[in-house]
Amino acid sequence: MGEVIFETRNAVYRYPGGPEIPAVAAVTLSIDAGELVAIVGPNGSGKTTLLRLLLGTLQPSDGEVLAFGRRATEWKRRDLAQRIGVVSQREEAAFPLRVKQAVMFGRYPHLGPLGAPSAGDIAAVDRALERCDVAHLGDRWIATLSGGEWQRVRVARALAQEPRALALDEATASLDIRHEMEVFELTAQLVRENRLAGVLVTHHVNLAARFADRLIVMHRGSARATGSPSEVLTRDVLEEVFQWPVAMTEWEGVPQYVALRRRSGGEGGEGGEGD
Amino acid sequence: MIRWIGLSAAAAAVLLLGLAVGPADLSLIAVWQALLGRGEHSTIAIVRDLRMPRALLAFFVGGSLAVTGAALQALVRNPLADPYLLGLSGGAGLGAVAAIVFKVGGVWAVPIAALVGALLAIALVYRLALVSGAVLDARVLLLSGVVVGAFAASLMGAIIAISPAPEVRNALLWLLGGFDAASWTALGVFAAYAVLPLAVIYRQNRPLDLLSLGEEPAAFLGADVERLKRVLYVAASLLTAAAVSVSGIIGFVGLVVPHAIRLLWGHLHRSLLPAAFLLGGVLLVVADAIARTAFAPLSLPVGVVTAIIGVPVFVLLVRRWAK
Repeated sequence: MGEVIFETRNAVYRYPGGPEIPAVAAVTLSIDAGELVAIVGPNGSGKTTLLRLLLGTLQPSDGEVLAFGRRATEWKRRDLAQRIGVVSQREEAAFPLRVKQAVMFGRYPHLGPLGAPSAGDIAAVDRALERCDVAHLGDRWIATLSGGEWQRVRVARALAQEPRALALDEATASLDIRHEMEVFELTAQLVRENRLAGVLVTHHVNLAARFADRLIVMHRGSARATGSPSEVLTRDVLEEVFQWPVAMTEWEGVPQYVALRRRSGGEGGEGGEGD
Repeated sequence: MIRWIGLSAAAAAVLLLGLAVGPADLSLIAVWQALLGRGEHSTIAIVRDLRMPRALLAFFVGGSLAVTGAALQALVRNPLADPYLLGLSGGAGLGAVAAIVFKVGGVWAVPIAALVGALLAIALVYRLALVSGAVLDARVLLLSGVVVGAFAASLMGAIIAISPAPEVRNALLWLLGGFDAASWTALGVFAAYAVLPLAVIYRQNRPLDLLSLGEEPAAFLGADVERLKRVLYVAASLLTAAAVSVSGIIGFVGLVVPHAIRLLWGHLHRSLLPAAFLLGGVLLVVADAIARTAFAPLSLPVGVVTAIIGVPVFVLLVRRWAK
């Protein structure tokens, strides 16, 4: 058992003026240092809301959310940013920046209000660029990067924060297979190398199962199942959560699902109708 | 480093130029001697009591407007923001006109009335911008700024139309903008209002950088976004009110100057803000010199000169932004 980094007890969140059903309903979980936990589930199941509770940008309507042993919303943003690196879902720079400047933003929580970054800060940025394999992009404008490069730069920025936890919110949603795999591999390696608490929000259940130590399957705001991939990824759970028939298979000992076609007759039949 | 030396040298040069240009033709040597307290008494008086406070006031007002523009651009995440276009200047102007016409007396009352006007204007602009939905759209925000500015201008017109003649003259003279009333007292009043908000904005230079990524990413990198926004609204309103109350409504400095600096220095506020301050000062001292000499002995309102420079730049920016 590692040190507990994130912890929730019956955490509830209702959007003000939102529907009666809470976006997050009584979720209890804990995430330790050194483990990679994936929060999976369909669109609108409360994944991102749950992550925002953990990151302290939303105040729970009920229950408790702790980060590093303290209520997540009680932290000063700056102190929390020294501990948690986040690659959020959407981000668009309003003004042009170079890659090195963007990654230096990761040092901002550690810098004073005035004065230039120190040699130590510059070294931390260089290490992060190197580690995420984007050092050669250092002088490029971020607007000229491909989607995969930009996501690795953002992971590098999170790494430059020298955090103890790393959170990615749908960070690979728009990437092709190679770049998506690169981001997943990198995240998993960083979590192990630095004993970070890793939190991955994604709807790619198969990939999550192969990279994460534990899965939290969200369904209508609740944690429908929590545990190791082989414990939670069953046909029942997936069909209930995703509202779609699936067949289960296995790859390298980890369960994987295949979504079935509705009109096809048999299990996993690829139907020869051609469309 | 060379850029900083160049900019500082330009600032020193235009300040000297500001001392030399005017109805009484003075050579740079005469100006220099007057500064050292030598030469004719009348020359010394012109340089020290008339032209020096005027040049310095124009410099500090220009610098403050440019810093306000840069901060507002970061705040609304859009390079088209400026205290004039966002309606702050209009609100401040309305407050000041009301104070002048209703003779709420004293050099300190006009800036306070202007501040109240600016704060009301920015609150109204935000309220209007949020009518279309919970998420702030920079375009709607700019439109609301223009609308609120126009509304403030028409209220100023109404107040002036129904006021007795002597007050109207005072208000109109003031409204046209410019530094004819510059004095050491005006400079003191301005400094008293402007120094603190300038320092506060500069202290936030790193959170301002982060804000360009969006509010949530900025928070994840350590910016206390809600507090930052409040601080910036108040600081921008104070600076605009201070500028408007000593020199009337001067537009486009806050738009043109940060844009030029962004091209030369990049977008990091640690250099952007002080560089914008220096260039804003240079621009307004030059604009004031043009305003005084272009049709001498008549003088143009300095806001006319800045608008002639600023409107084409605004058009260029809109074209780039619309792409």
